[in-house]
Amino acid sequence: MAQITLIEAVTQALAYEMKHDDSVVVLGEDVGVNGGVFRATQGLQEKFGEWRVIDTPLDEMTIAGVTVGLAVQGMKPVAEAQFEGFIYPMMEHIACHAARMRNRTRGRLTVPAVWRAPWGGGIRAPEHHSEANEHLFTNIPGLRVVLPSSPARAYGLLLAAIRDPDPVIFLEPKRIYRQYKEEVPDDGEALPLDVCFVLRDGSDVTLVTWGAQVKETLEAADALAERGISAEVIDVATLTPLDFDTIAESVRKTGRCVIVHEAPKTAGFGAEIAARVAEECLYDLVAPVERVTGPDTHIPLFRLEMKYLPSVERIVEAAERTLAAS
Amino acid sequence: MGRRPHIPIAQRERVVTTAAKFEIEYLQYLDAEGKQVRDDLPAFAQDLDHMVELYKLMLSTRVFDAKSIALQRTGKLGTYASCLGHEAAHVGIGSAMKPEDVLAVSYREYGAQLYRGVQPREVYMYWGGDERGNDYQNEPARHDFAWSVPIATQCLHAAGSAMAFKIRGEKRVAVCTIGDGGSSKGDFYGAINIAGARDLPLVAVIVNNQWAISVPRKIQSGAKTLAQKGIAAGLYCIQVDGNDIIAVRKAMEDALERARNGQGGSVIEAVTYRLGDHTTADDARRYRGEAEVKEGWDKEPLKRLRNWLVTKGVWDEAREEAWKAECDDWMDNEVNAYLETKTQPVTAMFDYTFAELPADLEKQRNAFLANENKAH
Repeated sequence: MAQITLIEAVTQALAYEMKHDDSVVVLGEDVGVNGGVFRATQGLQEKFGEWRVIDTPLDEMTIAGVTVGLAVQGMKPVAEAQFEGFIYPMMEHIACHAARMRNRTRGRLTVPAVWRAPWGGGIRAPEHHSEANEHLFTNIPGLRVVLPSSPARAYGLLLAAIRDPDPVIFLEPKRIYRQYKEEVPDDGEALPLDVCFVLRDGSDVTLVTWGAQVKETLEAADALAERGISAEVIDVATLTPLDFDTIAESVRKTGRCVIVHEAPKTAGFGAEIAARVAEECLYDLVAPVERVTGPDTHIPLFRLEMKYLPSVERIVEAAERTLAAS
Repeated sequence: MGRRPHIPIAQRERVVTTAAKFEIEYLQYLDAEGKQVRDDLPAFAQDLDHMVELYKLMLSTRVFDAKSIALQRTGKLGTYASCLGHEAAHVGIGSAMKPEDVLAVSYREYGAQLYRGVQPREVYMYWGGDERGNDYQNEPARHDFAWSVPIATQCLHAAGSAMAFKIRGEKRVAVCTIGDGGSSKGDFYGAINIAGARDLPLVAVIVNNQWAISVPRKIQSGAKTLAQKGIAAGLYCIQVDGNDIIAVRKAMEDALERARNGQGGSVIEAVTYRLGDHTTADDARRYRGEAEVKEGWDKEPLKRLRNWLVTKGVWDEAREEAWKAECDDWMDNEVNAYLETKTQPVTAMFDYTFAELPADLEKQRNAFLANENKAH
């Protein structure tokens, strides 16, 4: 079995679903002959033709609105925002229509669509190409917000997102698009969209994260283990609707919680998790909740961006603070 | 200062090579008094029984509209967007479409929607604060889009629908309607742009009623016609007298046929006048004069069609009064049905958010339900 990268897993999932479901179409800028600027749709137009893999005019608003129209007519569009930093012109169609179509028509019309976007920093990209804005979507009712963190989860979660009867925002951590390979059988098996994944069992502290930071968080868990500290690592994967039970179960066990994300701190999705921990697990805590996040600034241009992103060191220090507190 | 620099004649004159040229046709069959100004009546207009049916729907739309405003004024409806003066444009659009086509409206195109099966009680429900008003029960309206309050967004939903029809090889057309103000928005431009680039079966109708709340047509665009915006997108374009249902319907039929046959999309500008306020929350006296409104009434759409039908001997005062009475009964029945509709349970705000209620949301639902039960 071939070993593939995260971006190849995205392509594999798209190809699988397009082959098995004629209503699946891909649309966006440069997704056709060029195969997408990151090559996520590489080879798909050759296989499925220009009316299944559709190059659009260069207008994000058009892509988003057309996606709503396609979906209402029973297609399953997978729209690509070339970078998540360019997703703002799509917001009106996502928030005012896709997310609320089912609700406002009492189920008469629905939008079974996926918006994919390369997400986050760390690839020395130009300005506006490194945003992590998942929190802008997690406060919109009616949306699923999904962030895969490995080739296998990218494959399984994208299949689930396409098959889901409601709109899904699928944010791909582009920093780890090609970071490592793993075996991902092309068996069409979807992963559930309503669970967090416990990637590592531990008893002393719970590390909660998603997207590209899963890498640093797992490395931090290794470093902590060397110091005799047992860290549990949870990949949230589907931010909303949130499977808080998995997080709560872990925090009740460890009594300590560190949340890691690269988006700015204030009102980032970590704030929601911290609030839920306070609401539901306060008396199980033996130390204050820690957040390791980007600061409340714009992600800097790339000379400074690695200083902005959460590092293994910052995560380890935060975990150690929770241990020092009790 | 202020004087133009002298340019020698030899430099001023140059050979002009034309890259593109366009003109916009204006179409009208009936003038404001109902006098027929063209002999080449389209086939549908030679069927006088059909024209009477169209007139009856225009009249019922007006009766419906007056009833809606009365409901709002007596506190039985929330904010309502009137369609007064748009009856020819809207009925012309709706009656030209085939059932399998899809209509994507903004929020006042009741004449088109009633033709396609939307019930007045559904309009009342929506403006009366109940999502079930968007759950149109009758085909073909059941597969049409619901009212779109964010301006012009429906144009892209129509374009996406048109793309779905094209991908599946279906001979269906997506129609969107938009106002003169809405034609300033990127969504409108994006929709006609992709329709032209991808030859999508899209018909975009700009119902130019001269006013976007308080902003007049001339401030929306420097273009001489709004129809010509479609030229830039590579679409067929025409401007019609939007108070003349024969002109609207004819332009629609032509555009729908072209789109259905894979010959491309169209932009139709139907020039009309908003005789009422923008909505019941607006007072148009703040920004426009009486003379202009009086001129609008002189050109209004029902009078001219009624005069024409009377001249043809197929309509008269007695029939007018009898049909109005029937409309009144219909609306009374619809109003009663609306007023008798019970408010949805509190759980209704949760139950249509996702196809299946997520576990986390179910907890919130249970908490609201428990609170509700405690209150009773």
